[in-house]
Amino acid sequence: MNAPEMTSTRPTELPSSRTSANLRKRQAAQKFGFGLLWLASLVVILILLVVVGYVFLTGFKSLSWEFLTTAPKGGLSGEGGISTTILTTIYLVGLILVIAAPLGIGAAIFLIEYQEQTKTGGKFLRGLLQAANFGVETLAGIPSIIFGLFGYALFVSTLKFGFSLLSAGLAGACLVLPTIIRTTQEALLTVPVSLREGSLALGATRWQTISKVVLPAAIPGIITGIMLSVGRIISETAVFYVTLGGSYRLPNSLLSGGRTLSLHLYYLAMDTNAFEKAMGTGAVLIVSIILINLVIDLISRKLSAGVRQNQ
Amino acid sequence: MNAIKLETNAYSLFYGKFRALEDISLKIPEKQVTAIIGPSGCGKSTFLRTFNRMNDLIPGVRTEGQALLDGEDIFSMDVVALRQRVGMVFQKPNPFPKSIYDNVAYGPRVNGIRDKKALDEIVETSLRGAALWDEVKDNLGKSGLALSGGQQQRLCIARALAVRPSVILMDEPAASLDPIATQRIEELIRQLVEEYTIVIVTHNMQQAGRVSDYTAFFFTDESRTGKLVEFNLTRKIFTNPQDKRTEDYITGRFG
Repeated sequence: MNAPEMTSTRPTELPSSRTSANLRKRQAAQKFGFGLLWLASLVVILILLVVVGYVFLTGFKSLSWEFLTTAPKGGLSGEGGISTTILTTIYLVGLILVIAAPLGIGAAIFLIEYQEQTKTGGKFLRGLLQAANFGVETLAGIPSIIFGLFGYALFVSTLKFGFSLLSAGLAGACLVLPTIIRTTQEALLTVPVSLREGSLALGATRWQTISKVVLPAAIPGIITGIMLSVGRIISETAVFYVTLGGSYRLPNSLLSGGRTLSLHLYYLAMDTNAFEKAMGTGAVLIVSIILINLVIDLISRKLSAGVRQNQ
Repeated sequence: MNAIKLETNAYSLFYGKFRALEDISLKIPEKQVTAIIGPSGCGKSTFLRTFNRMNDLIPGVRTEGQALLDGEDIFSMDVVALRQRVGMVFQKPNPFPKSIYDNVAYGPRVNGIRDKKALDEIVETSLRGAALWDEVKDNLGKSGLALSGGQQQRLCIARALAVRPSVILMDEPAASLDPIATQRIEELIRQLVEEYTIVIVTHNMQQAGRVSDYTAFFFTDESRTGKLVEFNLTRKIFTNPQDKRTEDYITGRFG
């Protein structure tokens, strides 16, 4: 720069032509940057639309009330509808949540709320807690087929539950436990320390503080975690392929096998020539996932409104 | 001087190896307002939190010396029972995301009071005690978070009163409030001292001068270890401080 030496403390004024040229350049750069970001989001939306649109357009013909309410009849041409697979999916979601939600929420509460107590406590407990946290992190990153093989080895063969709702429920619970634990942990951490202190200072026990103040404030986040798990279960194929069997009949007990929607889609696409029905099933799956995401969105909006109020 | 309510003898507190408070001996009289003043980081709040053992929540805290409530050792008491006798109001109003009624009834409820009539009475008395009743009596079902900052702080005071403590600790209770809300809190403190022993930490020396009967001046140097420099009647501290550092602080030469 060859600006004249400053003689006063007042900043020297830049010549106006220079400022405006500079401004034009900066604004052009901003337009270019925003343009790129815009393009990126456009591509993402386009990809999504193409996938969903393709599934809907191909599956559209097979979609009908009858398709949803009749049982599949099997065979190479994939006769029938998808009613039993919808019911099996619902059964399995219910079973997995009954197993995984209490375990996951309980573990998360312990890991967060009693952590500081163990810092002053024994070395053994502290080690255990660290191991548990590390375990949750690791489990969350494991490919689902490994949960499937584990479920197959332990529940299907060793414990002799066979290909059944029970085997699939237990393996599926292992699959979603990390999700439930982590979302619950995050929900608990968003509850301000000041609320815990306020409760303890009134002579509440630790447990009263958790059950009456911390958990109610964290519930929207916990529900979000559970809804995420529901989505995960509905869209999961690998785990149930090796634990639930493939019968298209409705399971009549915990020990009988079945087919979830996404498994059914897989079988239709691989073993029959009813490609349109596979796509119709895919359309049903996509709609249910969209509905679940809408619910999550609604809940988290409510949650963030609550947090804002608190600040 | 009144009877001694709270007392520390050669009391020190450590965070791990760091000594945050050193050798503090102080006698806090009953049914008086005692202000704790001093520069930031001199351990005022840490000292205050000794009396309801809020420091227990922080890992690695260790203490030496004695802390007594009515002559009983605070550290050998059951912590839940202690906190029923020693209430606390925090710097930032922290009402629960519940109704005004449920906020005030929280303390009695966790202590096992279930009777609706008894709870109604406690809620009204406590809200009256905190000078909030007239403003909220028609809206007890409204969320505590919907109140203004000053009202929220009085709600927190009502919530503390509902447990019927004999001591109320206040950690800069007006620090986040505007001057008018602050004035209401200060008036309230003067009313409450008829029945309660109040210990208040404040950054604001004028506030200490206005509300307190006794003042303790804490100070720290480069070591960051808090020490008690002087404790006396507030009017003596402000008119005739014995220690040079107290005088420098209250005349605004630093801090």
